[in-house]
Order: sequence, then structure tokens, then C-alpha cells
Amino acid sequence: MADILIHCMLIILMPPLLFGVINRTKAAFAGRSGAPLLQPYYDLFRLLRKGSVFSRTATWVFRAGPVVALAATLAAALLIPLGNHRPPLSFNGDMILFVYLLALGRFFTATAALDTGSSFEGMGAAREVTFSCLAEPVICIALLVLSRLSGQLSLYGILAHSSITLWMTSGAALILLVAGLFLVLLSENCRIPFDDPTTHLELTMIHEVMVLDHSGPAFGMILYGAALKLFILGALFLNVLLPLRAASPLLDWLVFLMSMILLAVTVGIVESCMARYRLVRVPQILLAACVLSAFAMLLVVR
Amino acid sequence: MSCELLLKTFRNGDSLAIQDVPLVALMEFLQAVVELTGLGWRIATYFGIPDKDGVSLWCVLAGSNQLLGTFRSRAEGSLPSITNACPEAHLFEREVAEQCRIPLEGHPWFKPVRYQPPLRQDPDNGERGRNNGILPGVGDFYRVEGAEIHEVAVGPVHAGIIEPGHFRFQCHGETVYHLEIALGYQHRGLERVLVGGPHAATMAQMETAAGDTTIGHGLAYAMIREGLAEIKAPPRSDCLRAVALELERLANHCGDLGALAGDVGFLPTMSFCGRIRGDLLNASAELCGSRFGRGLVRPGGVYFDCPPNKAGALMKRLDEIRRDYTGAVKLLWDAPSVMARFENTGRVSNVDAIDLGLVGPAARACGIMRDVRRDHPFGVYRTVAPPVSVESGGDVLARAKLRWQESLASLEFVVDRLGSLPDGEILLACGDARRERIAVVLVEGWRGEICHVAITDTAGRFLRYKVTDPSFHNWNGLAMSLRGQQISDFPLCNKSFNLSYCGFDL
Repeated sequence: MADILIHCMLIILMPPLLFGVINRTKAAFAGRSGAPLLQPYYDLFRLLRKGSVFSRTATWVFRAGPVVALAATLAAALLIPLGNHRPPLSFNGDMILFVYLLALGRFFTATAALDTGSSFEGMGAAREVTFSCLAEPVICIALLVLSRLSGQLSLYGILAHSSITLWMTSGAALILLVAGLFLVLLSENCRIPFDDPTTHLELTMIHEVMVLDHSGPAFGMILYGAALKLFILGALFLNVLLPLRAASPLLDWLVFLMSMILLAVTVGIVESCMARYRLVRVPQILLAACVLSAFAMLLVVR
Repeated sequence: MSCELLLKTFRNGDSLAIQDVPLVALMEFLQAVVELTGLGWRIATYFGIPDKDGVSLWCVLAGSNQLLGTFRSRAEGSLPSITNACPEAHLFEREVAEQCRIPLEGHPWFKPVRYQPPLRQDPDNGERGRNNGILPGVGDFYRVEGAEIHEVAVGPVHAGIIEPGHFRFQCHGETVYHLEIALGYQHRGLERVLVGGPHAATMAQMETAAGDTTIGHGLAYAMIREGLAEIKAPPRSDCLRAVALELERLANHCGDLGALAGDVGFLPTMSFCGRIRGDLLNASAELCGSRFGRGLVRPGGVYFDCPPNKAGALMKRLDEIRRDYTGAVKLLWDAPSVMARFENTGRVSNVDAIDLGLVGPAARACGIMRDVRRDHPFGVYRTVAPPVSVESGGDVLARAKLRWQESLASLEFVVDRLGSLPDGEILLACGDARRERIAVVLVEGWRGEICHVAITDTAGRFLRYKVTDPSFHNWNGLAMSLRGQQISDFPLCNKSFNLSYCGFDL
């Protein structure tokens, strides 16, 4: 019961902190002091207090976009184990629901963007969908590989199975998997080198351009949803990469928190050292991620 | 050869009596412009002065051997276009047609330039005579037809803090087939208020013709006044002007390199260059109290002296700047992800650059040796000029590398000048302009060739004052660089040219 409470608290409270950590890391690399760690929270509260503007030509799809996307991401967050703890919801085959929930959120974000009729948002939706075609298989294959390794069908089962011994026996496959998942983590969360979350240049954006017309609380939901998505995919990634087991459950939570923050720092470092890829290169890199995970599959089923 | 004889040749900064400028029949004039541009001459500016029953046309061409040439003609009723034979005349012809309200015959792209009211308001002409320019941005855009073509319109209100301009892309998926740029949203009527000048406010107006080129435009105007009054600025002021001009170049090139890094999401160079640009602007402030150099250049010299202790402090500061700047830019060259992004993006071929008559860094990045400081030297550049840098790639990388090379050359040049300032006074009284003269000045601003032309009337007032910002030559270069490129690369290409909207709109 306590674990479920902590799980819910974490998925509600922690995600924006990751953005704060990333921004601070980037600022440090650029020689600036940067925004306060809690700035994303202030931003969210500011947005929630604001009014909304809706285009007269937009339909209910536009308004439903952020709500459905956030609801789907929240539901997915209930399925993913954090650290070594059993998630609030867990059943056989929930990994398929997990993938579909993420896809549902994306579908509604893209449709809401198309609903505005703006050429920018149309472009953004086209890019988003094109790239996710290549990013989704990576996650699916990764889950298949893990499921094969553990012989289980629930997210908790396959992720909790990952351990030091597993790394000793199937290290090669896991390394390939981790590399592919990290690329997808960056691309799905619109981080450099795939997308630049801070740019103001609407012609170069992927994710941001889809939400240009949203304002106020709806935009707050989108920002929070984006942070939550980073949190979920980060947790998935960490479960595979760092199967650390502490002696007590409380210590496990601490280890999880620390590794999440470390992951945010890593993302910040990557963003500070790299420029964005040219847009035509993005599918090539994602394809590489696909190939990596496919090889991992090959190693496991042989 | 014969057409060169039509020209009256002179040097940068000279003034001529109007009656010494050859008046040529219209067809002969147009034919000569076409032939001369094929013979290595280049249109520096081409404008009209409307009067009661026609337009007198003036053309200034820049040639080799430090020579400038000018001649004039007259058109009544309509003006045959030469753009098909001489693409660099394209915007100039549209401008003449718009300012003088004379129709162009056979122009392939006859549209408003900046949606301005005509220079000469005709009270008898009812509706058309009133001060009603065409509404900005209203007009037909070039369209590519087809079910799979989509059109993207950007601006005039942009997401960043930049000036207003409208960009219309014809795209097939992510690929741009054509880009059309519509400007004019910042038209302030600068050339109209200059008629009848010089006024008390003229110097300040010229310094803000393009805010980031304060020294460039201010210097061109000061030299025009000196040319018309036939005085020479004292050597010490020439030296200080060159220092200010190069500091302006440095600050802007540094800012551009940082902004280029920012556009590809490379944060370290963006942040460092932003800070160093501030240091360079502060160096200008040290010189004259204004970060943009406002109030420094005046007709007859400069308004602020630079005593030895200040020069020493500046040199020391520039040394520190060189160290930081080198480090920040090295990060850029050392990042493979940045190089991959810059290379082969926004390429303009050498031939296109020559045809369009590009100037400044945009031209030099296409392998064209074109620099006013070398070709038509003025002031201190007559005796010593920084080396001209040239890159051959024509892409964003070439324009970035060129900026860095020019920055290094300018840094060295500024330190040298500060270390060897000649003695003497800094400001002479600049008398009234002589009557019925034309003065032409070219200055190499940081964006390229700034051309000012003043023609005085029988009272010594400006009958016409023509300002040609380098952006006027270069905007079409940007449009060409986008052909066949990814639409997502537009901001990067745009930044690599970094052209002025208000310098174009005037």
C-alpha cells in the first residue's frame, strides 16, 4: 500500500523536476547560472491560472487533444514499475497496453494539431508521425526481448527480472537494447540531437510546433504530459540499464530517485555537447536504433 | 569598349558637377548597363528622380582599378526592363517603378518592393496622388501548382525578436521548391525625408537607417557631406572611424556565429559568443559612450577622441576578447555534429552570386573577391587595409568560416590602428554642400557594400538622396539558397545571411 502511494506521489510530483535538472545542467555547460530547479513547477502553476484561447475553426478534437494525451500518459505511468516496486496496475500482457497508451496520446496530439489547419502544425504532425513510426518498433522489440529473457508477459515481471546476473549472461543483447532505448528516449522526448525543445524557430520544430495553438491550462497539461513521458521512458530505460537491488524497499526508492536525476543530468550533458541533426538524418538514426534492438532480438532467440 | 566611354569615371567619395555626368539616350543607356555588367562592372545603385513629365535615371557602376562610373538618362511614359539580360538590376528596376510611378515593360517579376507611396506626390492626380501606398504584403505570390504541393507562410510577425518580413514557401513535403520574400513592413520613408536636406536630424536618421550598421551608414553619410563640401576629414578621425567600423563588424560577426550555433542547438558557442558580442559592443561604448557607436561619426571627422590611455585599455580588452572568442569558436569547429549541419546547407553557386550581384560576406563566401575596403578604398583603408578573406563553398559553413576569418583580420587591424593613431585634430567644420553636384560613397559595412548617393539642387540642398543597403543586393541570394533545401533549414540559412529588414525597407 505504501509503495502504491509513493508510486502515485512520484508520478505526480517528480516529472517537472527532470526538466529543471536538465536545464540547470545545460546552463552550467554554457557558463550561466540558469533558471531555478523548480522553474518548471512555477511555469505549470502560472499556466494553470491562465485563461485559454480557442480558435473558432477548431473542433472538439483540438480541445480533447491535451486531455486525452495526458490521461493516456498517466495511465501508462501506472503500469511502469519504478525501481523494484510493483506498479499499482500489473497484469499479463500489460506491456501491449503500455505501448498502445503511448500511441493513443500521440494520435490525439497529432490530430489536434491537424485540426487547427495551420501549415506549421500540419508539418509538425507529419514529422512526429513519421519519426514515431521508427521509434515505436524499438520499444516493442525491446519489450519482446525482455519478455523472452524473463519468460514473463507483464511489465513488472520482465523489468524486475533484469539483474546483475542477467547482465552477466546476456550482456551483449542488453547493451544493444540499452543503446536503442536511449536514442528513443531522446527522440520521443524531443531532446537534442533530434529536436530542440528551447527553439523558437517554428519551421524546425517537431513536437513543439504541434502545440503552438494551445494556451493556458491546456498547454500546462501538455508540458506536464511531456515531463511525465520523459519520466516513464526514463524509468523503463533505467530498469533495464541499472538493475540495482538495495536491501530495503525504502533504499530502493532512494536509488531510483538518484538514478532518475543522474539520467536527467546525462540528457543535459548530451544536449550541451551536440548540435541537432538535420531533419533528414533523424529517420536514419532512428532506423539505427531499430537495427540495434533487432540484433538484440536475434541474440536472444537464436 | 565603346560603352565604357559613355561613363564618367571617378573615385569613391568624390563629387562631380551634375553637368559633367553624361546624359545618354534611354535605349543606349540601358544597352550600356547590360554590356557593362558583362564587362566586369557591377550595379552599385540605380535610381530615378521623378519630375513633372518623366523620370531621370541615374546609374552608378563599380568597376575595377578602384574606379566608379556614372551616367544618366531620361525615361518618359514607360521604362523597358533589362532584368532578363542583367538579373542584378531586378530589384533596382522595381524600386524605380515604385518610387517614380513609371510602368516597367517586360519585367519578369514586376511587383511592389516595399509598398511605399511614390516620391513625388502629384496633387492633380486624385486618388493615386494621395499618400496611399499599397498595403504591405498584399499582392500575388509565385505559386507552384499541384496536389502534393503545399504552401507555408511565415511572418510578418515572427516567434523570435526579429524584424518583420513575410516568407512564402512552395514546398513538396519537406523540400522547398521556391521561396518568395516580401518586405516593406518597416518602411519609414527615409529617402523622402532626406529630400531638401541636410536637416538637423539627418545625421541621427542615417545612423538609424539600419540600427546594427550605425557606423557604416553614419560614415557613408559623413563622407557624402565631406565630398559635397570638398573637405577631407583629418587623418586621426579617419583612423578612429576605421576602428569603429571594424568594431561594429566584429560585434556583429561574433553575434552571428553565436546565433548560428544557437540555431542548430549548440549551446556552448551560443552562450559564449553572446557574451563576447556584449564585450565588443562595450568596446564601442568605451570609444564614444554608445554601444552601437551612435554620435561618434560626424561630417568633418569624429566627435570623440581616443586618448592614449583609453587606446591602451581598449587594446588590452581586445586581447582578452580574442582569447575568449577563439576558444568559443574552436568549440564550434570541433563539434562534428555542427559541421555536418553547416556543410552543404543553403548553397549559392558562384555563378548565381555573380548574376545576382551579391555583396559583402555573402559574396565572399561564394568565392568572389569583392570588398570595398580593397576595391574602392576610403579613409585609412587607402593606405592600409585588412586582408580580404574568401571562401569557396557558398554554403552555411563557408559563411560561418568567413565570418571568423574576417573577425581575426579585423581584430588585428583594430589593434594596429589603435597602436598607431596619427596626431592632430579630430573634427573639422564641414561647410555647406556645393550646388548641383553628385557625390557617391561606398563603405564596406559588416554586411557588405553600403552605397550612398546625394544629388544637390541649385540651392545646395538634397534633390535626391539614395541609400542602398547591402541587404538590397543580398535578399535574393537567400531566396536562391533555399532552392531544393529542407524547409527546416531555412532559419539556419536566414541566420547565415543575417540581412537587414529596415535597411532594405528604409
